[in-house]
Amino acid sequence: MASYLVKRLLLMLLTLFGMSVLIFVMLRLVPGNIADIVFEAAGMIDDADKAQIEAELGLDQPIIVQYLQWIGGLVQGDLGFSYVSEKPTIEEIGPRIPITAKLALMALIFSIVLGLPLGVISAVRQNTKLDYALRVISLSGLSLPSFWLALLILMFCVQYFGTIPIYTRPPDTLWDELLLYSIPAAAVGFRSSALIMRLTRSSMLEVLRQDYIRTARAMGASNTSVNYYHALKNAVLPVTTIIGIEAAFLIGGLIVTETVFNIPGVARFLVEAILWRDYPIVQNLVMFIALVVVVVNFLVDLLYVVLDPRIKYAD
Amino acid sequence: MSPMTAQIAEKVEAAPRRRSIGEVVLTVDDLQTVFYTRAGMVRAVDRVSFALKAGETLAIVGESGCGKSITALSLLRLIPDPPGRIVGGKVVLEGTDLLSLSEPAMRKVRGNRVSMIFQEPMTSLNPVLTVGRQISQALMMHQGMSKAAAMERAVEMLRLVKVPEPAQRVKEYPHQLSGGMRQRVMIAMALSCNPRVLIADEPTTALDVTIQAQILDLILELQNQLGTAVILITHDLGVVAETAQRVIVMYAGRKVEEATVEELFARPLHPYTRGLMASIPRLGLMRNQTVETGRLQEIPGMVPPLFDLPAGCAYAPRCALADDRCRAEYPPFEEKRDAHWAACWHAGE
Ligand SMILES: Nc1ncnc2c1ncn2[C@@H]1O[C@H](COP(=O)(O)OP(=O)(O)OP(=O)(O)O)[C@@H](O)[C@H]1O
Ligand SMILES: [Mg+2]
Repeated sequence: MASYLVKRLLLMLLTLFGMSVLIFVMLRLVPGNIADIVFEAAGMIDDADKAQIEAELGLDQPIIVQYLQWIGGLVQGDLGFSYVSEKPTIEEIGPRIPITAKLALMALIFSIVLGLPLGVISAVRQNTKLDYALRVISLSGLSLPSFWLALLILMFCVQYFGTIPIYTRPPDTLWDELLLYSIPAAAVGFRSSALIMRLTRSSMLEVLRQDYIRTARAMGASNTSVNYYHALKNAVLPVTTIIGIEAAFLIGGLIVTETVFNIPGVARFLVEAILWRDYPIVQNLVMFIALVVVVVNFLVDLLYVVLDPRIKYAD
Repeated sequence: MSPMTAQIAEKVEAAPRRRSIGEVVLTVDDLQTVFYTRAGMVRAVDRVSFALKAGETLAIVGESGCGKSITALSLLRLIPDPPGRIVGGKVVLEGTDLLSLSEPAMRKVRGNRVSMIFQEPMTSLNPVLTVGRQISQALMMHQGMSKAAAMERAVEMLRLVKVPEPAQRVKEYPHQLSGGMRQRVMIAMALSCNPRVLIADEPTTALDVTIQAQILDLILELQNQLGTAVILITHDLGVVAETAQRVIVMYAGRKVEEATVEELFARPLHPYTRGLMASIPRLGLMRNQTVETGRLQEIPGMVPPLFDLPAGCAYAPRCALADDRCRAEYPPFEEKRDAHWAACWHAGE
């Protein structure tokens, strides 16, 4: 186990390194930098001024030097300054992270709480009307982009309730916060819940055919106990992987949803930063997201050991 | 009597007979279970009747697909519906017809008054639950025991089925046990609530030969100790000879012969039973001795598809004695000799 952990950690570092190169190169492949965009906005270009700005920001250096400067700062905890606001990156990103984290967590919980039981029900009621209905819903959940769903919800609420909880200032109480985030979280989590539902269904159908389910019934277990205890405990194993992967996908969904619902989280901020070619913000934020994804996947793998006694991470 | 049959007769003599046979606990009357398949309706169990007494071992034998397991599962009402359904008959356990019970009432019977162990010890236990959890589930459910008490009882049960270090084993998962140990766990689980009837569906088929004998001995020993009635399903006549008092021979969903073990092996009446006896593999392997059995005599032909049974005797297409009457009319199930029934126009010829 110990050597497995070491291996895993090294692999995580390698992944993060690869990610850093990728985001760095990709950002610079996108045409234009902050100077271009500033001048474009102003409608004129002064080559001397532009060169001066680029020199100030270090953008005139060779790419490899820029990369090393960034990574060098990163390992020392120095994330640099935002090109746009000129504030320290950490101050820009820091306060926005909890907002997105809460949204993502709520979306994840929503998708699990909805997806797992509905998947079980769909499997247990295989080929009934209820099963068909649930499968249609989950299919639509997979094919609806979350921003489109968010817009629909928005329009629906405004049409029928005349209003919708919208972010104007930081919420005061936990309740306000829940109320405010629940709709966007549901809009984002719906897709994941659909995926979890489908996977739970097929996994359950597989498990329900197993001999040990027949044993449980032969010992007098009730349907509820068979489905939610004996079967689900096995069926949830492959679903865990998907939940781990979905945690990463959620962030993608949040980018648009935060925009639609006007929530000042990191996801929306990331898009703005990309538009401004605000390299320090984009690079560090992407690295942060990558870190979260890598750690979540690692935790999911550890969770396997807890959920499935047959799995041991031997050397 | 063929040499093969003679060998079996010796075994029957040698086997310890249980003497403490009591009242009838279970009667099965005209049980009918069908499956609705694309090819048509399959009569997997067709008017099967028998009675079972306390402390008795009743063997059900027959080739693969003849309906042994479906008979057993029908008793517990565990037939998957769809595609299957019990369409007729009675299963009376100590005065109660199980087929007319409500589902919750039936659940109180399963694992409590009637239990079943299965052929595949490797897959019949839940891989993510500890052995102790699985045994204690039934105890908590049926006997209202607390978790701690049930766990204690699970340890006791494992000791009873001779699992070494039972206090350790209850905390282990099935994958940590060998096939033989798992089957012991299954037996412990099935007997934990001290059922009146234990159905053992080929409990040793998947195990090594040496382990097979141990498991059979264990079942018999516990049966003696607890007075449980056992229905032993097998296609191994050697096993039947050593364990059962009475035998039912099934063919294509129907009962074709029934007799005491001694009688059946001494005077098999149905040509199918005789065919089975002639095709016993590894006869000597049962107890330490390895007798060369020579060439096996397979019964020629195959079991006809159950959705397309011939009008007369289902065995007629494979039977050397079959004549026009056999092919036209199904023979009645009759008492041909004292306590020896068979369904055959040429019984004993
Ligand atoms: N799920 C099912 N769908 C359709 N037919 C079935 C189904 N299960 C069983 N049957 C039918 O019931 C017949 C009896 O099956 P059963 O499992 O009782 O055989 P068996 O005597 O136990 O054989 P084996 O020795 O191989 O275990 C089969 O031949 C098959 O035609
Ligand atoms: Mg069977």
